[in-house]
Amino acid sequence: MFIKPRLRLAPDHTTIQFMRGRIMGLVVSAVLSTASVLLFFYPGLNLGIDFSGGIVMQVRTEGPADFTKIRGALADAHIQTQGVQRFGDDSEVLIRLNTQPTEQATQVAVGQVRDALAKAANGARIVRTDAVGASVSAELFRNGLLALGISLVMILAYIWFRFEWQFAVGAVVTLVLDITKAIGFLAITRIEFDLVMVAAILTVLGYSTNDKVVVYDRVRENLRKYKTMPLRELIDLSINETLNRTLGTSMTVFLASLPLAIFGGQSISGFAMIMLFGIVVGTSSSIFIAAPILLFLGEQRLRRDAAAPATKATLAEEP
Amino acid sequence: MMYFSRLKTLSILGACLIGLLLCIPNAMEAPAAWVPWRTVHLGLDLQGGSYLLLEVDMKAVLKERLDSLTDGVRQALRPGAIFYQTLESQPDRNRILLKLRDPAKSDAAIAALKPLISIDSNTGTPDLQLETQSDGAITLTLLPAALHARASGAIQQSIEIVRRRIDETGVVDPQIAQQGEGRIVVQLPGVGDPNRIKQLIGKTAHMTFRLVDETANAAGNGPPPPGVDFLPEQDRGSKIAVRKRIDVDGADLTDARAGTDSQTGEWVVNFTFNSVGARRFADISAANVNHRFAIVLDDKVISAPVIRSAITGGRGQISGSFTATSANDLSTLLRAGALPAPLTVIEERSIGPELGADSIKAGAISLAVGFALVIAFMGVFYGLFGWFANIALVVNLILMMAIMSLMEATLSLPGMAGMLLTLGMAVDANILINERIREEQKLGRPPLAALEHGFSRAFRTIFDSNATAFLAHVMLFAFGSGPVKGFAVTITLGIATSMFTSWMLTRLLVARWYVAHKPKLLPV
Repeated sequence: MFIKPRLRLAPDHTTIQFMRGRIMGLVVSAVLSTASVLLFFYPGLNLGIDFSGGIVMQVRTEGPADFTKIRGALADAHIQTQGVQRFGDDSEVLIRLNTQPTEQATQVAVGQVRDALAKAANGARIVRTDAVGASVSAELFRNGLLALGISLVMILAYIWFRFEWQFAVGAVVTLVLDITKAIGFLAITRIEFDLVMVAAILTVLGYSTNDKVVVYDRVRENLRKYKTMPLRELIDLSINETLNRTLGTSMTVFLASLPLAIFGGQSISGFAMIMLFGIVVGTSSSIFIAAPILLFLGEQRLRRDAAAPATKATLAEEP
Repeated sequence: MMYFSRLKTLSILGACLIGLLLCIPNAMEAPAAWVPWRTVHLGLDLQGGSYLLLEVDMKAVLKERLDSLTDGVRQALRPGAIFYQTLESQPDRNRILLKLRDPAKSDAAIAALKPLISIDSNTGTPDLQLETQSDGAITLTLLPAALHARASGAIQQSIEIVRRRIDETGVVDPQIAQQGEGRIVVQLPGVGDPNRIKQLIGKTAHMTFRLVDETANAAGNGPPPPGVDFLPEQDRGSKIAVRKRIDVDGADLTDARAGTDSQTGEWVVNFTFNSVGARRFADISAANVNHRFAIVLDDKVISAPVIRSAITGGRGQISGSFTATSANDLSTLLRAGALPAPLTVIEERSIGPELGADSIKAGAISLAVGFALVIAFMGVFYGLFGWFANIALVVNLILMMAIMSLMEATLSLPGMAGMLLTLGMAVDANILINERIREEQKLGRPPLAALEHGFSRAFRTIFDSNATAFLAHVMLFAFGSGPVKGFAVTITLGIATSMFTSWMLTRLLVARWYVAHKPKLLPV
């Protein structure tokens, strides 16, 4: 363990013909993404209060919570709730309220819940209050979308600048497919979609791009090295050559995210779930989506384009 | 590539050592006050506390400006006996509309109103535009630049007053800052229940002293006569007619303290005027003995005592069914001064300290387990070179901590998640390098050449792949808010430091090891 590597994730000289599965890969991805888009509209995302506005209060009680009593007390105080539910363990309760008509009404409602709880349950403590007004939630949502959109554009520009346009388009189309699947995953699992989830999706985006760039980088290198090899073989070769790295990095990021999903607590486990999902999707999409798109877009052009300046580049790299 | 000059070696190791030193403040107290002692701050979600986003009601700022301008117009027209049909403030058009009874006096009116325009001494632009419309009406329009200046002035003043009010409550280390055009962020570490603070912030606390209009009062209901308001009395359903004219303003108070009345034992607020206020208070009270004098707070009459005799000395007392708390709150508000406009809480997030402690625990456990898993993985799958990567990983964590301490950055729960993810991603660079070296060796290169090629070829890949991830997280920082920003900070930082540790430090370690052992075959 200390000197020699004990295990390998994949044997060294694999010659798997990944591009054979390109149609399959694209079809499966298209189906999953279409399904995800449908899921986005029905049943839709479980919007957290960051984006829907409203009030969430987390309450801790001494011993198991008496839900009937809490619900009764809230009803007595004429408070319309969106739900009073268990959160984590027995003594933890989550109370949700809809967006109130005005910002002042929101503040009044927070106060009312507080008072009602003080009367209802002995030793109940409000450990968390989130109250987001309608204007703020709309703004947070817009900013989230903006961050996502601008990231995509910047990634497109960067890859275009460093590689060729075919690479950039391939990567960004794949990323959009990845994101839609992540959203479909959120819709199915009913994980609350809030600001932290936007962060998770952007992280998945970053990770997934990272993965694609590594494969692309090898394609770029091989394009210069093997000037006559058909693009299809060349892409297969590049994926095979980088397979151990792809699997290795996926493993480490996976291993790093796993404890967050298990021990991270309610607020962060959703984030970790998206990460885990995103790692699997991002890694496979590098191979089965991004590479085939590159093959379709570059079949003719990349071979010819790259041929001319390649000689110089190869020479320059030899020491 | 694999050769390191003495200077280079020393600077790499030096950077690691400085990083370690910079982390120390997080573990202990400053030994002396003069030692620069910067630490990472725990986010509100980890130590417990409240985050309030307040919005300044800019409409109220505008309305108040127009109201005082209307008052100015009224007073400017009085000496010349210029009578008007309508005098109306139109806040949606930022202007005041004036229609004269006798259109022939239009020029005289304009001349009388001219002095109301004030010129900005810096830019030389007027704050008002005085125009005669085609139908003969006169308009006074507030110009955008002046409105803007007033709005930003209102924000600054609000921040100052909010700070004073919060300071009175004894909250340690509150952070109050402007956000965007008309918003104020208030962060209160350790305050799990911000109710009291919200109550303090929620009042404008504009106090005025005005005469009660007994004739209008007797007339009772119906629309109030010009220059008079019907204002509700506190703790009573009734309304009382109060003159619009402000005789003494709360801004002229120098002090206010809660106390008990020596005769009745009731809670009262004792106040002191400054010299201007004291003189006006004395004059008014002397001229209006046996009249009622209303003390008005935010358009509510707190009390309306009858003036028994002229009050000189600039001291007074407000009584009006106070409790100890309400008397104290009122005196706090009066001392801090009035807000220029009402503030509304538009976002509130508060977390109790116990939940924060739980989050720290959850974050720490995740970090420890994740760290152990990644280290074990690298050891098993990459052997010696994996352990070099692991050393780099530890140093990476130290450097991240160091820079965050230097920036006095805030560590939130998502920030801790970001650290963990960074660890997972940081080893990517080492994996790329190791795989490359292995490939080069398989191609038949001797060890040194394999190392040379491995490092140099992997670098370009590392750079490109990290740059894109970096971009995505910079965007997150730019558009995210609160804890999400903390996440973006740790992850962008981690990407940057991992470039250093994997590229410089591991390479140095590998080179040293190579020189010491001169192996025939690399154990990759």
